Amino acid sequence: MHNSISLAPHFYEMPILSVREVTKKYHDHLAVDSVSFDMPKGTMLGLLGPNGAGKTSLIRIITTITKADSGSIYFDGEKLGRSHPAMIGYLPEERGLYKKMKVGDQLLYLAQLKGLARAEAQKLIREWMDRFGMTDWWSKRIDELSKGMQQKVQFVSTVVHKPKLIILDEPFSGLDPINTNLLKDEIRRLNEAGTSVIFSTHRMEQVEEICNYIVLINQGKNILEGEVGAIKASHKDHLFRINFEGTLPSIANGVDVHSRDQNQIIIQVNELQEANLFVRHLLDKGTTITSFQEILPTLNEIFIKTVTD
Amino acid sequence: MEKLWLIIKREYLTRVTKPSFILTTLLAPIAIGLFLVVVGLIMSYQGDDSKEIVIVDQGNMLERKIRDQRNMYFRFSDQSLEDILAKRPEAPFDAVLIIPPLREIERTRHTIFYHADEQLDIDGMIALQNIIEDKIRDYKIRTLNLDADQLAQLNTQITLDPEPLQETGDIDGQGSNPSPITSVVAAALGGLMGFVMYMIVFINGMMVMRSVMEEKMNRIVEVMISSVRPFYLMMGKILGVGGVGLTQLLVWAILIPLVAGGANLLFGFDSQQMVLDEASTEFATEDIEILISQVSSELSNLNWWLIVPCFVLFFLGGYIIYSSLFAGIGSAVGDDLADSQALTLPIMIPVILALYIMFVAIRVPNSSLAVWSSIFPLFSPIVMPARLAFGPPAWQIILSLVLLVLAAIFCVWISGRIYRIGILMYGKKGSFKEIWKWVRSKD
Repeated sequence: MHNSISLAPHFYEMPILSVREVTKKYHDHLAVDSVSFDMPKGTMLGLLGPNGAGKTSLIRIITTITKADSGSIYFDGEKLGRSHPAMIGYLPEERGLYKKMKVGDQLLYLAQLKGLARAEAQKLIREWMDRFGMTDWWSKRIDELSKGMQQKVQFVSTVVHKPKLIILDEPFSGLDPINTNLLKDEIRRLNEAGTSVIFSTHRMEQVEEICNYIVLINQGKNILEGEVGAIKASHKDHLFRINFEGTLPSIANGVDVHSRDQNQIIIQVNELQEANLFVRHLLDKGTTITSFQEILPTLNEIFIKTVTD
Repeated sequence: MEKLWLIIKREYLTRVTKPSFILTTLLAPIAIGLFLVVVGLIMSYQGDDSKEIVIVDQGNMLERKIRDQRNMYFRFSDQSLEDILAKRPEAPFDAVLIIPPLREIERTRHTIFYHADEQLDIDGMIALQNIIEDKIRDYKIRTLNLDADQLAQLNTQITLDPEPLQETGDIDGQGSNPSPITSVVAAALGGLMGFVMYMIVFINGMMVMRSVMEEKMNRIVEVMISSVRPFYLMMGKILGVGGVGLTQLLVWAILIPLVAGGANLLFGFDSQQMVLDEASTEFATEDIEILISQVSSELSNLNWWLIVPCFVLFFLGGYIIYSSLFAGIGSAVGDDLADSQALTLPIMIPVILALYIMFVAIRVPNSSLAVWSSIFPLFSPIVMPARLAFGPPAWQIILSLVLLVLAAIFCVWISGRIYRIGILMYGKKGSFKEIWKWVRSKD
């Protein structure tokens, strides 16, 4: 594991998205403040930050819905322009569909607007409908569907045109656990097939679970960026949790006890080796170890720490 | 452009395939026909109760001769009011009309008395006054020994035939000579065209606004504008709904004459009867036939090659001006539908003003109010069609069209700028101050 923040292993490749000093101001509110980051191709990038941090403003610039006041964006090596929205699939946080339209017509319409030919769109939509078990939904009206079903349709509309980059803004909000898992699996599958994914949320634990790369935004600025593992490693406090049975022997000097409990002790050391030595010491003294684990900070903790620093 | 076409197609097809659209389009001409018949019946309603009136003609000026009316039956009596009242059980009546004798024949004012439990309505009062006035006039003619025939010749009915100062060398020749009923026919046609324009601009403009608001509230709009530019989305909607309006117009242009023709066949006799009743003494059947043939020749003399294309052009211009403004406003409305009212008011006012000016314009089509309103682009789509049948000078039509096109471009531009920002402002409605900021702000 690297100890410093670094780009993903494919950094030598052209990044799918390169954001350079992007700034956007609404009246007197600085929504995006000189944000820069590179998104390696094929990554699942978590765009993190509290509500109002500027995530949606940034996404709207990437999707060409609004323009940045200054700065530039490169999509797959080209300056972001009119041709790129067709290569992006965007699921906005505020999502919606034409309620009176039939599922099939709706998907066909949105896919054609993304530049697909009618016949090809039809074929791809059929495939996705089969995959999501909505084969016979073609002629159903959107407002006849349950909310979960509508979300599936919405997701299909986001990915049906085989975008190179998928941007999902809070994709799991309002979804039940079953549909959440279904969607997660599909996102992972698409990612494994080479699609780059931006996953914007304020729920850090979701990102830890599925993203391998993060950009942390607070008050319009990006304050942290890199591979999840590397970031965690660079923010770790060298804490180790040891669970044991029996009694604890006296502890030698040089070992900093962070906390101790009936059957658990947390120590802070400078190096892994010291922790191992400590475990050996316990074993030598006849203590039974049930588990030994390094405590890595959660992204939530890293975020709070970075923001308050 | 391909995307614009997709949007237009969707906006158009989702509307024209709706059962409610098909129904209203097909039924509206019938409903309008029914409405006109009902209005005609209401206007010609004269009360359904008939009155039995006893006339006490104290000076015998009527010579006991009077014709019964449709809802008034008369009989004469020489008895006093008290005696007549006393005999009411045997000889029932509704009223007693006492006509005192004229003291001098020269008097031009006279009062007669109407005794009844239930007083006369205005129609009845005027009718009764007219009947007795005519009778006393006859009495005076007899008493003064005047020649009734000569008297009849005193009245001359004037027909004003409008003629141009100089014969215009019109190509179509026949159309250049206006006849006495030219202005009446032109006014009727102008009023109809102005009103149809008002309805279509208004209904379709509102339709655009509602549709913009729905997209914003459904949140589909963000998905849409990640694929197409907001301007295309707005224009697609305006043009698609405009196509719906044109379709409706076309269907009506075919259906209304058909329905009117059909109604004429079905109710033709009755409606003629109604006209005859109203003007029983003044018009004979042949007069009406002459009138109808005059009207139809007037209609065929009109320059339809100018009127129809101009009507369509003014429809397009007016529709684009107002629907784009409605779209801009629709995008600025928040999640509360009630907000839309305050914002739409500034757009409704010119439309409604134009309608009132149009009513003036068909009476005095060449007044300066009518002329300048038919050139001012916010009014011209409604006022100019009303003037078209009067044959306004070419420079006015051309100037009006040029200004209309410029105004349409300006309104589309300004609405597009409001729209691109408004549709992404969820939650609260924009104030006019904020909307102005949106217009000026960068992308």
